[in-house]
Amino acid sequence: MAPEQIRSVILDILARIAPDEDLSELDDSIPFREQMELDSMDFLDIVMELRKLYRVQIPEEDYGELVTMDSTVTYLTPLLKDAESTV
Amino acid sequence: MSYDSIIIGAGLSGLAAGIRLAYYGKRVCILERHTTIGGLNSFYRLRGRNHDVGLHAVTNYSPPGGKRGPLNKILRQLRFQWEDFDLSPQCGSSVVFPGHTLRFNNQFDYFEAQIAEQFPQQIDGFRQLVTEIDAHNIGDLGQNWISTRERMAERISDPLLINMLLCPLMFYGSPSAHDMDFNQFVIMFRSIYQEGFARPYQGVRLILKNLTKKYKALGGELKLRAGVKQLLIEGNKVSGVVLDDGQILESQNVLSSAGSAETLQMCNVDVPRDDRFTPGDISFVETISVLDQQPAEFGHDETIVFYNDSEDFCYEQSKQPVDLRSGIICSPNNFKYDQPLKEGSIRITALANPDYWMSLPEEKYIEEKQYWYEEILKSSLRFIPDFRPHVLDIDTFTPRTIKKFTGHINGCVYGAPQKILDGTTPFNNLFLCGTDQGFLGIIGSMLSGISIANLHLLNPK
Repeated sequence: MAPEQIRSVILDILARIAPDEDLSELDDSIPFREQMELDSMDFLDIVMELRKLYRVQIPEEDYGELVTMDSTVTYLTPLLKDAESTV
Repeated sequence: MSYDSIIIGAGLSGLAAGIRLAYYGKRVCILERHTTIGGLNSFYRLRGRNHDVGLHAVTNYSPPGGKRGPLNKILRQLRFQWEDFDLSPQCGSSVVFPGHTLRFNNQFDYFEAQIAEQFPQQIDGFRQLVTEIDAHNIGDLGQNWISTRERMAERISDPLLINMLLCPLMFYGSPSAHDMDFNQFVIMFRSIYQEGFARPYQGVRLILKNLTKKYKALGGELKLRAGVKQLLIEGNKVSGVVLDDGQILESQNVLSSAGSAETLQMCNVDVPRDDRFTPGDISFVETISVLDQQPAEFGHDETIVFYNDSEDFCYEQSKQPVDLRSGIICSPNNFKYDQPLKEGSIRITALANPDYWMSLPEEKYIEEKQYWYEEILKSSLRFIPDFRPHVLDIDTFTPRTIKKFTGHINGCVYGAPQKILDGTTPFNNLFLCGTDQGFLGIIGSMLSGISIANLHLLNPK
């Protein structure tokens, strides 16, 4: 998957976790937490959705990489380079 | 048959946990001894009418579009829309003690103003207490029992106000007599005073049916009339369960909502058990009166009235069959629905003595239910207009009823006094959710199932 596809996968996951959030205004460089009401349960869900969809394992020490959309896409790009997008 | 997870009990906590596990592709089976779902919050049909078992109100209300608080958390975790629970907020409730009535609705400012008006000397202390409540972290799973009465007394010097504040919180969730754990107090204070009451037009069955539908659509298995007789133990692990009919099901892990003491009983082996596995002994009798008019028509428009007839508030196991000094009057009609419920009804709940109700012979039991139904109504008439001429049909449940349908020792409603917040047991792959884990109420019990499933059964570590 290319970075742009990974971005839409993440958007899709966020929409599933927080259906009431307006994601069209999301700023990729600002932490999700500052723009949406996400707590640790929701972050765990992002990790598990990725595992469910692409069998990608994200170790707990790497959760910090998922702070902003930019950092998430950068972190996932090498991990998902061979994966087919489901979105 | 072998599963990733077996869940004991198809109540709100078990179903919510089941959805989480099934959503992430686990092979999961929920086992329920009763013929229907719901556990402590079930529903039934009697003489052509639908009744809820435990539901007076859903606490933790949050209006549509809200993003914080337990309701929004569980909606997200279970992938529900706000509309799926169809919550209509309450009309307004009150706590009534001699000489004082404190009203509250789903706007906390209103409640605070009531306290400022009626207890002007105490309002500063009350606000300090609220600051402490706001700062408390209910997610800390390692905390010990702290006396709420002691914490309150540091801020509030009038025992009457302390009792009035505690009355609804204890009635709606305290498993221990006289005092409650501060963490439980914070959970209850937020859910009742700061968030508030609501109800689905169709009652708890709507929530339960939506949970079940989602669970099954995700591939989860649900077996009714499938009581777990025994947990199979190998060393410090559980390998599976034996059902009442002798069938054996294997599983990688087991999540039980049956209660802490009740679950250990199923293990059939001696394990060191601390206080946390001592069952609770607070239970209730509840009367349901179906009426020929809406309660508002005879002048009762409050959602819930918590009453107590003296300045002291004795929340304890009743010494009499029923404690007539205090109680809860709930009218399912008095929520802000789009259209009125088809029939009026009033539910009145009072503390009871479990041993008394358990030991009665069947014939005497039926007589006593009738006798105490009338006594409870008489007692409540000090706080509500006399609705007895409007009664069309009645039903009464007792600790015995609760024990029969939920298996909880003593017919206990709010579980063990000591909560097991992290859901662990003496066995490595056996976990607890539901009333004995620690979150309370309709929303709380779902949060309990979700939290323990996330923590122990889905943790990607």
